[in-house]
Amino acid sequence: MTATATKALAPPRAQRRRRDRAGPLEYTRRRWLQIVILANFVFLYFPIVSLIAFSFNDSKRNITWQGFTLKYYVKAFNNTALHEAFGHSMIIATTSTLVSTVLGAALGLALYRYRFPGKGPFEGWVHLPIMIPEVSMGVAMLAFFARVDLPLGLFTITVSHIAFSIPFVAVVARARMAGFDHALEEASRDLGATEWQTFWNVTFPYMVPGIVAGALLAFTLSLDDFVITFFTSGPGSTTFPIKIYSMVRFSVTPEVNAASTVLIVITLTLTVTAMVIQSRMGRKPRA
Amino acid sequence: MRDWRRNKAAFGLLIGPASLWLVVFFTLPLAIVWVYSFGLKGPQGQTILALTFENYTRALDWLYLEIILKSLWIALATTAICVIMGFPLAMGIAFAPKSLKNPLLLLVILPFWTNLLIRTYAWIAVLRTRGFLNFGLEWLHDGFAAVAAAVGLDDLLGPFQPLELLYNQYAVVIGLVYVHLPFLVLPLYATLEKLDRGYLEASLDLGAGHWRTLVSITLPLVMPGLVSGGLLVFIMSMGNFLTPDLLGGTSSLMIGNLIARQYGAARDWPFGSALSFLLLYATFIALWVRAAVAQRSKGLSY
Repeated sequence: MTATATKALAPPRAQRRRRDRAGPLEYTRRRWLQIVILANFVFLYFPIVSLIAFSFNDSKRNITWQGFTLKYYVKAFNNTALHEAFGHSMIIATTSTLVSTVLGAALGLALYRYRFPGKGPFEGWVHLPIMIPEVSMGVAMLAFFARVDLPLGLFTITVSHIAFSIPFVAVVARARMAGFDHALEEASRDLGATEWQTFWNVTFPYMVPGIVAGALLAFTLSLDDFVITFFTSGPGSTTFPIKIYSMVRFSVTPEVNAASTVLIVITLTLTVTAMVIQSRMGRKPRA
Repeated sequence: MRDWRRNKAAFGLLIGPASLWLVVFFTLPLAIVWVYSFGLKGPQGQTILALTFENYTRALDWLYLEIILKSLWIALATTAICVIMGFPLAMGIAFAPKSLKNPLLLLVILPFWTNLLIRTYAWIAVLRTRGFLNFGLEWLHDGFAAVAAAVGLDDLLGPFQPLELLYNQYAVVIGLVYVHLPFLVLPLYATLEKLDRGYLEASLDLGAGHWRTLVSITLPLVMPGLVSGGLLVFIMSMGNFLTPDLLGGTSSLMIGNLIARQYGAARDWPFGSALSFLLLYATFIALWVRAAVAQRSKGLSY
């Protein structure tokens, strides 16, 4: 494009200035609001970013920057108690994810598919574990396991994690089904497939992204949980967050920061993966 | 949607296992706590089943009532600060250019995906006597002192005294705001996003200022989202256990800590159970109000 053409296309000066000025509803372009937003983000990010940054700081407890080091990561990796706790967390999260994904996805499908008497209250009841205070659920599990004389340990933690993960998986699985085209199932039945064949070849493949997203969510919830684990764990079943908690209670050291950073990276990766899968779900299905 | 009677076996297979799990490992435990809340504490700290309201009336003792009222107060303050901080943030995102909306939303949600314990722990390093905030204040103090000394006013400020920022109720409120801010911003943003901009433009065209438009038009229209988010923050702060445990001192115990203590060191499960159910009833009431507000606003169309 030549210079004259550009000039001809450019709006007259006054008009251009009007366009550059913020429109009446473009509140985000107002300086004071930008400052407020910035302040909010500083508040949201400063603690967590400084925690991560100081896990690399070459100083025991000083808050000034002394230089970069990885020695606290090495120390955390060589901490056998931390190792053991991480192993426990992995066992619990894997088991809890397997069970809660199967049960939760089935529940989500049932809630999407069927009409039945008392469905409203039933849904309210099913979603209760998401809504009630964690401490109330934690002490309830403790009272229950004591009542049935089950010693606290990996088993009791896993059972509790499954209970609070089921509704989350169900919500995600059901959300996935919302975009499902009924006609596909009907076509399958009309063409002579049995109900089971229809489920396995038509419905289930459509559900898969929802199931994967639900599973990742269940894994993250289990790995991250502190409060309910706090009440359902015994002496030999320390999980990773519980171990970090006891380290925090003892003292604030860069080693705790390093262990925390590891957990942050794991959960963020899992959650971002789940989010990407879920946002792909929103697009037009290939089926 | 199909009727469940069309294929009872499939319906049972899908809904049965999860329901059974939630009956045995969620509802039954809560029922046990409910029964315990009418029980008595035995001499060895065991629970004796009984039918007494003693545990509930004991919650009204000033010793405990004070903690319950303080929890209410802390939850209320947290909600108010979340509204004051979150409202402009939600406005800013809702009125941002399209390409910026999702990145900004992601920035709000991202901290929310990190572990609750770690997010709370991060504040200890900020607030403790040798923490970042006091360090920054000391730096400012020394700067002012140097300026004062330069103009001949030695010892105007005196030596720097670090502030006691941790282990009090202010630290608890800060921690709770930090953890719950996204719960306010997200529903509020959703409501602002759906808002018909025509109403705001009409108000501005008819001569109302921005402030008047905000107070008389925007605020009433987004009230359902604000109430929904605010109640969520309130419920979750009220029942929080970890934040006051890590950031609070002995004078800033909340009801969650009190419950945990009855089940832990105090070994008074019946009293802990009664407190737990008081907290649950409060939660149910708040959830019911929230559902009622959502129902009412559904009937209105903007």
